[in-house]
Amino acid sequence: MNYFLNLIIGGLTRGSIYALLALGYTMVYGIIELINFAHGEIYMIGAFTALIVALALSYLGLDGISILIIASLIAMVYSAAYGFTMEKIAYKPVRKSLRLSALISAIGMSLFLQNYVRLAQTSNFIPFPTLVPEMGFLQTLPVRINSAQVVILGITAIVMVALTFLIKFTRIGKSMRAASQDKTMAMLLGVNVNRVISVTFVIGSATAALGGVLISSFTGQINFYIGFMAGIKAFVAAVLGGIGSIPGAVLGSFVLGLTESLGAGYISSDYEDVFAFAILIIILLLKPSGLLGRPENKKV
Amino acid sequence: MKSRNKKLVLVVAVVSVLALMVLLTSAGQGERAATGPIRIGVAGPHSGDLATFGLPTVNAARMVADRINEQGGINGRQIELIVEDELCQPEVAANTAAKLIGDGVTAIIGHICSGATFAVLETYLDSNLVAISPSATNPALTQSGDFPNFFRTIASDDAQGRLQAEFVLNTLNARRIVVLHDRGDYGRGLAEFARTYVEDGGAQVVLFDGITPGAVDYSAIIARVEAATPDVVIFGGYHPEASRLVGQMRSRGLQVPFVSGDGVQDDAFIQTAGAAAEGVFATGPMDTAGNPMAQDATSRHRARFGEDPGPFFMNGYAAAVALFAAIEAGGTTYEGIRTALRNNLVETPLGAIRFDERGDAIGVGFAIFQVQNGRYVEIQ
Repeated sequence: MNYFLNLIIGGLTRGSIYALLALGYTMVYGIIELINFAHGEIYMIGAFTALIVALALSYLGLDGISILIIASLIAMVYSAAYGFTMEKIAYKPVRKSLRLSALISAIGMSLFLQNYVRLAQTSNFIPFPTLVPEMGFLQTLPVRINSAQVVILGITAIVMVALTFLIKFTRIGKSMRAASQDKTMAMLLGVNVNRVISVTFVIGSATAALGGVLISSFTGQINFYIGFMAGIKAFVAAVLGGIGSIPGAVLGSFVLGLTESLGAGYISSDYEDVFAFAILIIILLLKPSGLLGRPENKKV
Repeated sequence: MKSRNKKLVLVVAVVSVLALMVLLTSAGQGERAATGPIRIGVAGPHSGDLATFGLPTVNAARMVADRINEQGGINGRQIELIVEDELCQPEVAANTAAKLIGDGVTAIIGHICSGATFAVLETYLDSNLVAISPSATNPALTQSGDFPNFFRTIASDDAQGRLQAEFVLNTLNARRIVVLHDRGDYGRGLAEFARTYVEDGGAQVVLFDGITPGAVDYSAIIARVEAATPDVVIFGGYHPEASRLVGQMRSRGLQVPFVSGDGVQDDAFIQTAGAAAEGVFATGPMDTAGNPMAQDATSRHRARFGEDPGPFFMNGYAAAVALFAAIEAGGTTYEGIRTALRNNLVETPLGAIRFDERGDAIGVGFAIFQVQNGRYVEIQ
């Protein structure tokens, strides 16, 4: 039973990690129907920014929790700027062309950012400080859970609720929903679609950066390539949950995380990826638009 | 109509000029092959997360080649190194091999990872090229007999696996052993040898499983390791995964001894794993600090690159020295190089070596290291 609970907690942590990234994929797809392959790289840049800031702050002698908060905020702002610029440089000019052009542009952006960080920083894995302080009471629980896992789970829940609120109840959220339904019509009705798209990229990039900081603090090391691996899994999670749907991205992430964790724990971790992709295939066979995705309505 | 004719003339002109250029360059290549520089390929991961394993060999080859070139080259011909990055990825390595052959190399120093090396040896064999690796330890590379063009200046994984098994059985007195690997050619091969020798030694392998490289979280496999209550964990793989595994094991309070191979016997492991690295065991090439040639190479490396040499530097240095000596003695032909490598004893930083029938270096071995106070120390 204890073993089972440990696997569940491991799966939930994984799920939250995927969710923080999958949210960005799904939001961008929902608005402009673009799979932003460079999203993982924004996550990686967030982690690098946080590392640099954290090292600078630790020289000033701040304590762990304030370093975590300041480093996360700076990383989020910095990555949001990257996301904003990326959309203006790489996606806006090709928005009216074939969808394939934007996709190629996204892959190019991903390669560019990876290699930029590799050359500007280093190709080696570098240690990432443990920013989340130890919480003593966790030792008394019957299951193995550490403070980083608790923080990741908590922050994912908060981000998801905040995003749902933003999209359901605010003016910009209303504009987002309008733009995702019909961009031309929304524009005719006075919605500033360019601004809506920029805001989407800014929010998606900021959540990715937050994910980057939390996950790196949990895994303890980063390099320029971490965005690719995590990005692929998050993308799978977003498709699994129904790409374009925010609750779907979170649900898909948890399904994926739990499947991997239980599969690795009870059968073999050798086949971890097999379980991940098997569940993807099964769900897409049963529900082609994903768990919570809207069915494709073809425009005639 | 007229303009179309003009276009046609232009196309014909361009094509014929291009054809002439091709003829000229190929003629030039033929000439260069006899008297120009001897081209040697150096291939391995020079970027990416395994770059720390590839770049030291590039430095070593440059140092040896520069020294020979300063002294007038090999039989009057200069050495020209062609350095190619293949990221340790087999599919990239195949392209790299094709490019090196196109560049007209005489032999190759490389590749670094066993998986990438497997992918290219057949191609080199078809072109009659010798490859000499400083670090590819998968046993089948030499023991299968498929690659008569392959040599290496490092002992193979079965020697490493045997040493690991003897160490955990006799020194750590372990009876229940978990063996993990990263599913790659190198990691899985090493893990399988460790399992075989551990079982031959009468101990029990309670769990044998692979992990996914680059995964964000290893808590599921660590939970399984914990449930298996092992005396020792043996891991076959590279340092990025090892440091995360050890880090997550220690942070969950699992203090079982961790034994790994030369993919982990690297200071990068200690840097990323931090405090969790303390006490970790790893097999690696024997310490060469006592060898005068190694001392000389280390001090020249410090003077030139401003830091201590990285992993496999001495093996790379030995590979370069042995290869250039073989070219000097046997000429630039395939058979000449092979015969010279097998028969001539060469003084290298690893000691005096030559190669056996299968391509393994005679006189090269492994030792056990342990991380003590943030450094790898040879303990046995």
